[in-house]
Amino acid sequence: MKLDDFLGKRCEWLKGEGPSPNIAISTRVRIARNVAGHLYFNRADSRAREKTLEEIISQAKKSRFFKKSLFIKMKDISALDRQFLVERHLMSREHMRLAEHKGLIVDATEIVSVMLNEEDHIRLQSLQSGFNITEAWRIVDDIDTDLGRSIPFDYSGRFGYLTSCPTNTGTGLRASVMLHLSALVMTGQIENVFDAISKVGLTIRGFYGEGTEALGDFFQISNQVALGHSEMDILDNLERVINKIIQRERATRDELLKRKKQEISDGVSRSYGTLKSARIITSNETIKLLSTVRLGVDLGLLTGVETADVNEILLLTQPAHLQKINGKEILPYERDIKRAEIIKSKLKEKN
Amino acid sequence: MKCEVCGTRDAAVHLTEVVNDKVTKLHLCEQCARAKSEEMQSHFGLTDLLSGLMDFGPAASGERAEGGVGTKCSLCGMTYLNFQKTGKLGCGKCYESFERNLGELLRKIHGSDRHAGKIPFKGEEAIKEQQDLRRLKSELNELIRSEEFEKAALLRDRIRGMEKQTEKQDPK
Repeated sequence: MKLDDFLGKRCEWLKGEGPSPNIAISTRVRIARNVAGHLYFNRADSRAREKTLEEIISQAKKSRFFKKSLFIKMKDISALDRQFLVERHLMSREHMRLAEHKGLIVDATEIVSVMLNEEDHIRLQSLQSGFNITEAWRIVDDIDTDLGRSIPFDYSGRFGYLTSCPTNTGTGLRASVMLHLSALVMTGQIENVFDAISKVGLTIRGFYGEGTEALGDFFQISNQVALGHSEMDILDNLERVINKIIQRERATRDELLKRKKQEISDGVSRSYGTLKSARIITSNETIKLLSTVRLGVDLGLLTGVETADVNEILLLTQPAHLQKINGKEILPYERDIKRAEIIKSKLKEKN
Repeated sequence: MKCEVCGTRDAAVHLTEVVNDKVTKLHLCEQCARAKSEEMQSHFGLTDLLSGLMDFGPAASGERAEGGVGTKCSLCGMTYLNFQKTGKLGCGKCYESFERNLGELLRKIHGSDRHAGKIPFKGEEAIKEQQDLRRLKSELNELIRSEEFEKAALLRDRIRGMEKQTEKQDPK
């Protein structure tokens, strides 16, 4: 298997499947682990970093969970490929910055990925389509248990799993769900969601996680507390809160459809029209328009397009994907032209 | 969520800051936010604030050999001062070297400094025993408080037995 094989595939988290896929795009669960006795990335010298990397890779290769996985060393791939992996949510932006001594394991289905030598030695994640915390955690939990048999993890009876940043200490667990909250944004209720979330130990972020703004009404909600509660309690708390938000978004969408059908319908058609006819289009404009179209699909105001199609265009029009499809790197302005072409051809396939 | 500075009042102000392309968030109650507002106007670095969070008690004065900012981790050589600057620990041993200060910091971040989740495969039994012991001890306190002395005496003997057992296995 090669990295480029992913390009032709619809990755798991864009399938538009799983529970509540029209509102919850995807679910991610990750844990942080460190190898006992090895210095953390920030303190280790390059020899120690490489040794840690090699050791984890050799143990992981023995695990039955990584039989069909791609083992990547960051320094062996281009900057474009790194960006490509970030766009597919297989690794963090932090991980692509300094390539030396960093690694990534990606399972063929793209459901599981493991960052090696990020801030912690091991960052293991599972991505699921829709709102599916239980399944994402089950996968991570199983792999963690398996790896723990051959790798001694840094752990203390009092503090739990030890991590470089004290915000992860304990369970090392962070679960996040990406939500599409158009109706709550439209009706101004999103402010209440923001307020409520911070009060229950959760946090809300933009499209690409840390350091990104909320674009096109896409938000990521995740737990902030990792210590003092069991994994199940942390996940349960997140699940309950997100369930409430999904219910509210659902009810508000239905209400909008009843009371403002013409206005919403007009906005959806205009967005769809622009996407179909634009010749030059930026990434940000694309995300905004796709967000409206996505709402229209959910409310039955647009036929012939599925949620999964919108998700796919959302991914394919990101800069690195665009350039991989194009076959060579291109300047931002040319990308805007290429982007419009891809959108047009994707939507044409559908009609 | 509790305020990250005082740790008692609910956080009402949520700050986002970008330092070297990394976004950090800070949650403060109104009082602490107001107190910090002067700093914010000049240069409000989260790292500064995080170190503010870590400056507490006599431990931070550096006068005490153990637990002061000058304390060095015996494995990676990181000092607490260094940790205050970067916000990142250097190895697992740091948690022992700075245990007292970290306990306080972790309580401020998570509202707790006691792990209650998964236990790794290695040494699973020994760790479970410790957790059991801790749980039984708090039950014992509960029994004493409710003046159920007979039950308490039984439990005390059980705990003593378990502790003797552990000492035999792990002579330190």
